Amino acid sequence: MTQRSVAHDTFVIERSYDAPVTQVFGAWADPTLKARWFVGSAEALGAGYDLDFRVGGREAFRGGSPGGTVHTYESRFHDIVPEQRIVYTYEMYADEARISVSVATVEFQSVGAVTRLVLTEQGVFLDGHDTAAQREEGTRTFLESLAASLSGDAS
Amino acid sequence: MLDQTIDLDRTFQALADQSRRTMVERLTLGPASVSELAAPLAMSLAAVLQHVQVLESCGLVKTQKVGRTRTCRIERAAMSAAEQWITDRRRGWEARLDRLGDVLNEVAATEERP
Repeated sequence: MTQRSVAHDTFVIERSYDAPVTQVFGAWADPTLKARWFVGSAEALGAGYDLDFRVGGREAFRGGSPGGTVHTYESRFHDIVPEQRIVYTYEMYADEARISVSVATVEFQSVGAVTRLVLTEQGVFLDGHDTAAQREEGTRTFLESLAASLSGDAS
Repeated sequence: MLDQTIDLDRTFQALADQSRRTMVERLTLGPASVSELAAPLAMSLAAVLQHVQVLESCGLVKTQKVGRTRTCRIERAAMSAAEQWITDRRRGWEARLDRLGDVLNEVAATEERP
């Protein structure tokens, strides 16, 4: 039996990039560029990952190890102000179970040659039953990023 | 449920003590009585009980007295599931935003090439 529960939380991450805001915003808008950093591979585009970057447009990603839990991410863009902000909502599934619903806001700010990015996520975490799959996903992402930084090749 | 905020200050304060960490480590294996918690520690039952009260006041541990035995258990399962989720989600984003930086650097490098 699924034990029903909800937990709410908000987190904010700030980053500064040595790139003009057109490029930073472009990396969120361009499907190939976004696949490279969001999923970690440009090849994922059309093979599990899709992006339709416009108000009302959707983004989706399906992934997971063979035979393991299938992680599904489905989002919808609600507000896009070029080079200023993106507001979207997204759902996460582990197999058939909906595990979270979030509102994400990305703000872009041009500070000289540097672009400041502020990502705010407000989410509701449902039923708390699938933390093992979540942990596996988190660890995988972490290890991949570690491997990428060690090899100096993140593409 | 889970509408109370996580009191990290008090939690970290509670965990700043070696004896209390030993007790929490023991409790992660399963519920234990106060005397069982006291067994590996060189202190009186009264002192152990005080430590238990600190752990209980920050919500890390819940106790229940049945007859003469007070049983302690970790009382953060649901909360730590939520914390785990937040941690993983945040870590996922940290990794992605690092990759965004790498992609931006590569784009810049490509454009600089003649």
